[in-house]
Amino acid sequence: MAALNQPLGDLAADLPAAAARRPGGLRASQRRRLKVFRYLTFTIFGLFFLLPLLAMVRFSLEGVKHGTWSVAAWTAIASYPGPPPLLSSIEITLELAVITSVVMVVLVVPTMIWIRLRVQWFSRVMEFICLLPLTIPAIVLVVGLAPIYNRIERYNVSALMLFWVYVILALPYAYRALAAGLNAVDATTLSEAARSLGARWGTVMFRIIVPNMWQAILNALLLTIALVLGEFTIAYLLTYVNLQVNLFEISRSTENAGVLFSASAATLLFAFVLLLILSYAGRRLRRGRP
Amino acid sequence: MSSATATDVGARPVRAGRRPPLAWVGTVPFLAYAAVFLLLPTGLVIWNAFKGNSGGWTFANISALNTGPVRSAFTGSLQLCVISSVIGAILGAILAYAVASGDPDGLIRRLYIAGSGVLAQFGGVTLAFAFLATIGPAGLLLHASWYLNFPWGISLIYCYFQIPLMVLVFLPAVDGLKIQWREAAENLGGSTWHYWRYVAGPLLAPAFTGAALLLFANALSAFATIEAWEDQVNYVVPQSIGGSLISEVGLANVHEGDALALGMIVVVVIVMTGYFLLQGRAARWQR
Repeated sequence: MAALNQPLGDLAADLPAAAARRPGGLRASQRRRLKVFRYLTFTIFGLFFLLPLLAMVRFSLEGVKHGTWSVAAWTAIASYPGPPPLLSSIEITLELAVITSVVMVVLVVPTMIWIRLRVQWFSRVMEFICLLPLTIPAIVLVVGLAPIYNRIERYNVSALMLFWVYVILALPYAYRALAAGLNAVDATTLSEAARSLGARWGTVMFRIIVPNMWQAILNALLLTIALVLGEFTIAYLLTYVNLQVNLFEISRSTENAGVLFSASAATLLFAFVLLLILSYAGRRLRRGRP
Repeated sequence: MSSATATDVGARPVRAGRRPPLAWVGTVPFLAYAAVFLLLPTGLVIWNAFKGNSGGWTFANISALNTGPVRSAFTGSLQLCVISSVIGAILGAILAYAVASGDPDGLIRRLYIAGSGVLAQFGGVTLAFAFLATIGPAGLLLHASWYLNFPWGISLIYCYFQIPLMVLVFLPAVDGLKIQWREAAENLGGSTWHYWRYVAGPLLAPAFTGAALLLFANALSAFATIEAWEDQVNYVVPQSIGGSLISEVGLANVHEGDALALGMIVVVVIVMTGYFLLQGRAARWQR
């Protein structure tokens, strides 16, 4: 960008072009140095992050004899005997992900909109409660949950009961996604308009506000699903078996079982795709607004 | 007329600024849920930490923390947290700057942010397997013997989720650096060094320290990765808590887990208070 060295008159003509590019305002030599720095950084960190993942994928494709290739570990995901069978714990984890995200949305979305519309003085309390699980580690929470889950197990011993606490764990992530969406909607104006046309509060919430924050709700769902897929601590210490606990048990009984690496790689890849979808959904949201 | 009578709530639209007396009822389901599954467990931990084996109040659980194994677990946690959060914060800040200086809608930024999200928050035991495949006994890259060493070997694995977390937390602060500040520094004759030393550095310092504290708390509470890496030795406090939960029968002290958890709450609350205070300072420049 030579613009900075030119007289002021020409500079004005170049301004929009300069502003369009991100690191505008830098001299050419600085820009070159920044470019070198960026590519160097991305390469080094990229290697650091990719190597373990590639090693994991390579392990998952290892044949019976060392150095050969085979997809046996990937097909074994569906048939690994356990106990309990890997497939059943995958099923439970996916069911947990669905239940948790549905309960999350049903519980949190109406409450947040209601607070925004009617009880604004309460929003600080809501924020505090929602961000609290970031401060209280899962490993601490599980100590206090043990007696509560003893009670729950009297009525239902299914691992699906984990959803009660998973909603709490996902609360900070879902809250931030939803709060961003709700802030982007002019809730007060919309509700005043709707109310003055005779709409009930229910109509305002579910037919006016909610359709305006679908993207945020989708983001909250994706983050919740990703969290449930990776959860280990609470399930393990409350002696339930979900996908991660099952993988842990396999790693203890069979060292270097190929299925460990294929299932782990699949989980990480799935979560990565979820978050990549989220980032694109976020872009559409930004573009939609003027 | 803003102080209308309390009886007509819901009959007409509520004017802004008026506090409808019964509207808070709508928050009850959420509050009840949070009370049972978040506040109650936390309260139980604190309550039980001061309970004796046969009921009654006691400080025995707390004073039992001052024993060899517990002390070494807390020291181990401290070592691991300091090493991994300092290294993670510095490297993560460099990476965050590289990401922030690129196209805000570019593919590289997207990949790094999505990847950071996965590795920072949703990795769990799978990260341990990834490193097992890389530098474990039969590792692909090298068969390192030091990988099992505590705390350095495990710090390396912790960096694998600490650096991404730093990117996620620190990126908004770096994004908040305005080009105009750099231009202003240059117009006044400042070099790149001057800019970083006197403008960007001091501006980012609170956000950086705050993020490093968050990393510290994150490493302190991490359990899945280290348990999958080595479950025979109790290196850190979460492992001790896990052990006391699993083998509750043989314990001399049934509330040992509660006391350990209380110890963690104390540390985390101190660290997170620092984080939120610094975050408030940092947010001043992020508009």
